[in-house]
Amino acid sequence: MRCVIGIDLGSTTTKAVILDEDGAIIGRGITNSRSNYELASAVARSEAFADARFRLVAREVRGELDQALLGRLERAFRLEQTLGQLGRLHELIEEEIERRQYGELGPTVREAVGSIVKAIELEERAHFGSENPPLRSSFFRDAVGSAYNRYAEEISDPKGVTFDLLLGLYDKCIIRVENEPMDLGFQELIDNALDRIENPTLMVDAVRAAASTELDEACMVGTGYGRATLPFPKEAIRSEILCHGLGAHAMFPGTRTVLDIGGQDTKAIQVDDSGIVTSFQMNDRCAAGCGRYLGYIADEMNMGLHELGPMAEKSTRCVKINSTCTVFAGAELRERLSLGERREDILAGLHRAIILRAMSLLARSGGIDDEFTFTGGVANNEAAVHALRDLVDENYGQKTLNISPDSIYTGALGGALFAHRLAS
Amino acid sequence: MAETSAAKDRSMILQKQMIANHYRQLENAPETGDPVVYTFVPGNMNELVRSFGALPVLPEINALQSGMRQKSGDYIAEAERAGHSEDVCTYVKCDIGMIKAGNISPTGTRLPKPDLLLLSYTGCYTFMKWFELLREEYDCPTVFFHVPYQGDGTIEAEHRDYMMRQLREEVIPALEKATGRRYDEDRLREYLTLSAQAEDDLVAVLQSAKNRPSPIDAYFGAVYYVGPIFSSFRGTPEGVEYYRALREEVEARVAAGQGPMTPVGQLDDEKYRLVVEGPPNWTSFREFWSMFASEGANVVASTYTKVGGTYDFGFRHDPEDPLGTLADYCGGCYTNINLPGRVDMLVDYIREYEADGFVINSVKSCNSFSAGQLMMLREVEKRAGVPGAFIESDLVDPRYFSAANIKNRLESYLQMIDARRMGASA
Amino acid sequence: MGRESIIRAAREIYDDLDFQRVRDWLSQKPGTKAVGYLPVYAPRELIHACGLLPVGIHGGGDRVEIIKGDAFYQSYICHLPRSVVELGQSGRLDMLSGMLFPSTCDVIRNLSGMWKMLYPDQYVRYIDVPQIATPEIAIPFWEGELRHLLNDLAKLSGHHPSEDELRASLGLYNEVRAALRELYELRRTRPWDVPTEELYLLMRAGESIPPEDFLAMIQSYFRAIDDEPNRPRDNSRVIVVGSFCEQPPLGLIKTIERAGCYVVDDDFLIGNRFLTEDVELSGDPLSCLAESFVRDAVATSVIYEADPHGKRSEIKDKVDAAGADGVIFAAASFCDPALLDRPMLRTGAEAHDIPCIAFKFSENSGQFQQFREQAGTFSDSIKLWGGA
Repeated sequence: MRCVIGIDLGSTTTKAVILDEDGAIIGRGITNSRSNYELASAVARSEAFADARFRLVAREVRGELDQALLGRLERAFRLEQTLGQLGRLHELIEEEIERRQYGELGPTVREAVGSIVKAIELEERAHFGSENPPLRSSFFRDAVGSAYNRYAEEISDPKGVTFDLLLGLYDKCIIRVENEPMDLGFQELIDNALDRIENPTLMVDAVRAAASTELDEACMVGTGYGRATLPFPKEAIRSEILCHGLGAHAMFPGTRTVLDIGGQDTKAIQVDDSGIVTSFQMNDRCAAGCGRYLGYIADEMNMGLHELGPMAEKSTRCVKINSTCTVFAGAELRERLSLGERREDILAGLHRAIILRAMSLLARSGGIDDEFTFTGGVANNEAAVHALRDLVDENYGQKTLNISPDSIYTGALGGALFAHRLAS
Repeated sequence: MAETSAAKDRSMILQKQMIANHYRQLENAPETGDPVVYTFVPGNMNELVRSFGALPVLPEINALQSGMRQKSGDYIAEAERAGHSEDVCTYVKCDIGMIKAGNISPTGTRLPKPDLLLLSYTGCYTFMKWFELLREEYDCPTVFFHVPYQGDGTIEAEHRDYMMRQLREEVIPALEKATGRRYDEDRLREYLTLSAQAEDDLVAVLQSAKNRPSPIDAYFGAVYYVGPIFSSFRGTPEGVEYYRALREEVEARVAAGQGPMTPVGQLDDEKYRLVVEGPPNWTSFREFWSMFASEGANVVASTYTKVGGTYDFGFRHDPEDPLGTLADYCGGCYTNINLPGRVDMLVDYIREYEADGFVINSVKSCNSFSAGQLMMLREVEKRAGVPGAFIESDLVDPRYFSAANIKNRLESYLQMIDARRMGASA
Repeated sequence: MGRESIIRAAREIYDDLDFQRVRDWLSQKPGTKAVGYLPVYAPRELIHACGLLPVGIHGGGDRVEIIKGDAFYQSYICHLPRSVVELGQSGRLDMLSGMLFPSTCDVIRNLSGMWKMLYPDQYVRYIDVPQIATPEIAIPFWEGELRHLLNDLAKLSGHHPSEDELRASLGLYNEVRAALRELYELRRTRPWDVPTEELYLLMRAGESIPPEDFLAMIQSYFRAIDDEPNRPRDNSRVIVVGSFCEQPPLGLIKTIERAGCYVVDDDFLIGNRFLTEDVELSGDPLSCLAESFVRDAVATSVIYEADPHGKRSEIKDKVDAAGADGVIFAAASFCDPALLDRPMLRTGAEAHDIPCIAFKFSENSGQFQQFREQAGTFSDSIKLWGGA
């Protein structure tokens, strides 16, 4: 099967989308971005191909029981990936211990790390063994990082193997795990995953069929935030603006206006009826009013980023915030708090302030036309969506507001669609 | 090929010599006794200044040269340490910083003190404060020349009279006093005659961009071309010689079907023809230009090349009406034209030069240019039917040039033009 | 009327960004029109003489949420024009038939062109005040400009005022300025009786009501403060310089006084007292008004200072006249006139050992903590160390 691929190298995550010859999505992959852009792209791509293979397998299996089996296979595959990376992390930490020459303490350190790794491994097995594992970040760094922290804290000894020592080893080595290539793709790990679920015949046959299907990559288009050199050939690069426009159009064909609020920038894009960008505006050089601003606020309030929206939604009286400047955010927040304003009301005001910035970019780019599609990380924040809905209603009247649960893939999808055009 | 490249060198060599010579004359002014008059590029009445045997100093030119030579950052920091706000024009701060650092010109020669500050108040509020500030530094005579803004889109007859009266009763007496020489109208006429000759050639050079491919870049390339006529050389024989040589070279390029020389080589394959509004960034000038040229984008017309005089709509200095023509010249400088007029000019350029789009480089320093550019963007898009791009930078503040950000916007914009072309042909 | 009710009435006008008082005036006098003007100086006498209502447009302060206005301006341009555009785009200025844009700076100048494009049916004029000091040239130019404006306004209103009507308007505005001088003089001598917040609210009200009503309002205020005197406090005395165009939020003005600084002179809304002497009423009205501008304009950053010593002595003169202890330079962020002038003014002040502090604000500044700290420390240091 001929296919094309689009990759979106963002400031926090890297995404890949694969399309078949008809332009239908056959696979998606995501990973956290890292200093090695080439590797981040390769991982996202490999994840997307694994996803595509699993979809092929799914075509072969239909019954309800088989679906459950397929679920087990996928989880077994994820466990293989995790254990592979965990093993590599362990190896690197051992080497690091060797290099640091802890002397008498050495064996104790080694032992401590060994017990942490063992505990994480057990935890991961339990996680992927469960029918319905709890939701969590799918990135190795996030999942394993928090477990490592927890166990390190538990077993550390202020007089011997300290917490800082253990964490230092982890921090050093996780970066290397993330930035060196590993074989974690479908072809490499699927046999082990099948072994784990004891090779049921039906599944083995479906996997064989899926694995033997040729996925012939005809074309690739990459996009991403322009601050770094993208690891793609020049002719294969499309601007993220164009990709977002086309991707949003593919998700919601009625789209005329797109707002994307990411970590580093905000984009307001107008597209025509075939998804071609007719005008766009980006925030000026400061990051005021971008996702990053919410990050600062979360830090300042000692809260998780995902907790901001729900708390703001509890507000009964939105406080007026005039500055979305990241530099002044903390000061304004503290002054408001010291004046006795409630946290939820301040947060509601902050969300509104961010959306106000976006409204002016939208106005600059030509306003808001029906339908209006909102993408980017901030689109997952209910308070931001609420504020946007209110302001759009007040200023442009009723418009259809589209938000896709898959909006994170908008740029990669647009890239893949450009690749599809190039290939055909 | 060898011939044209040798010919190209000639105008460049001439310009280099002229500038070096001028700065040397300035350095020697305290010994030769040549009077020195500081004045601004828009509304600079070089012929009048020269007719008194005085040497002009243009502070904006010094500032932009300092920017190109990577000296502006330190100068600006120096001025800000002395209490100047980070919010205001960086040309001013660069100039103040340069003075505080010993007043060495960008070419390394010492700049003389002014005998007169000729404050030609043409299209820029900051000029007023700039020379009030320099007057504090130099404690020298200052003469104010008020050029009314074209609020209703024309130079009104009463405004012209007002300017001529100021020239006669304020500016000329101030020049007489500062130079110790009498006003000589015949001498002024001679300079004005030469001005008009050079202006004809300059217009021919700028309008050569109507060719495909254009033999010049009418923004990045043209800032070099307007250099002499915007500063010390309008009305001088050197100026005339320079523009004659330049015109010949450009005409030769047209005949040979050659595109412009750019930092990334000769651009024969002109993929995008653009019009640009706003001054360039000087601290990353070549990098900025390369972003355009490496994508095959060439600028065919620009408004910035009209700040020191607008000639392509027919105005020429007229020796028959020496003071009236100076008034007309000042009133017609680009920054003295109102916003609707600026929109008209851009729409006109886009049509006349068959441009695919336009780019606004909005500089933080200059409110005269920048305030209202977002509205111009929409108006021009609407009227000319081509898309516009909006880029933000600064004149000479290196802190305010984000290469990745600008490159990203520009490339997105050019790809948008591509996508629209493909969409239109499909 | 008591102090409180006068100030409440003024505050209502100040708070009302829909300009209901202007709308009421128009509906009470069918066929009349209102003309807006931006800071700093516009000849309101001419608007008045044509039977039009002059309305000062000083932005939306901290009371308007900017939704459309930001689409017109980059982040490095001051706040006033974006709130003015916001007011316009949200229909709050639709009762105006004309707008005047004085030559305050390039931002307001360019806004005149934007306004022409945005509201092609409105009368829009850029007011280029004379910048040269030589009366023989400046006066005829300015008189010509005034005549041009008068003819336009007469056409707009359908009424060309007679010389006597013009003279009556000049006289009325002489009275207004005299009342303002008295108000400032009262504050200078009894700042506890004329809190700057109250003075400011009165002046803002005066920007949206007919001058006759404004005069009456000030007169009743004078009576009220004599009836209800306040108790003096141990505050220092400062002048505030640099807020002549974009206006500080009321909270900032209050903050300065509450932090222990009596404001004894300022340049808020300086356009309403731009002419420091009465306009002569005996000659040709336009030429008298022109002459008054050229000879008696207040020293401010938007007018060229022809006297080389002017900048150096400007603050000293103001401080002496006000009997002040120090200066607060309060400029709007990105305000070219105020910020470019500041180093010169400050140098001049410091050469006379006048204590200075400086900060920047925006009309919608929402937090005053830093101002409170600065002004409080300033006041304390003045009280501790005197003028040195």
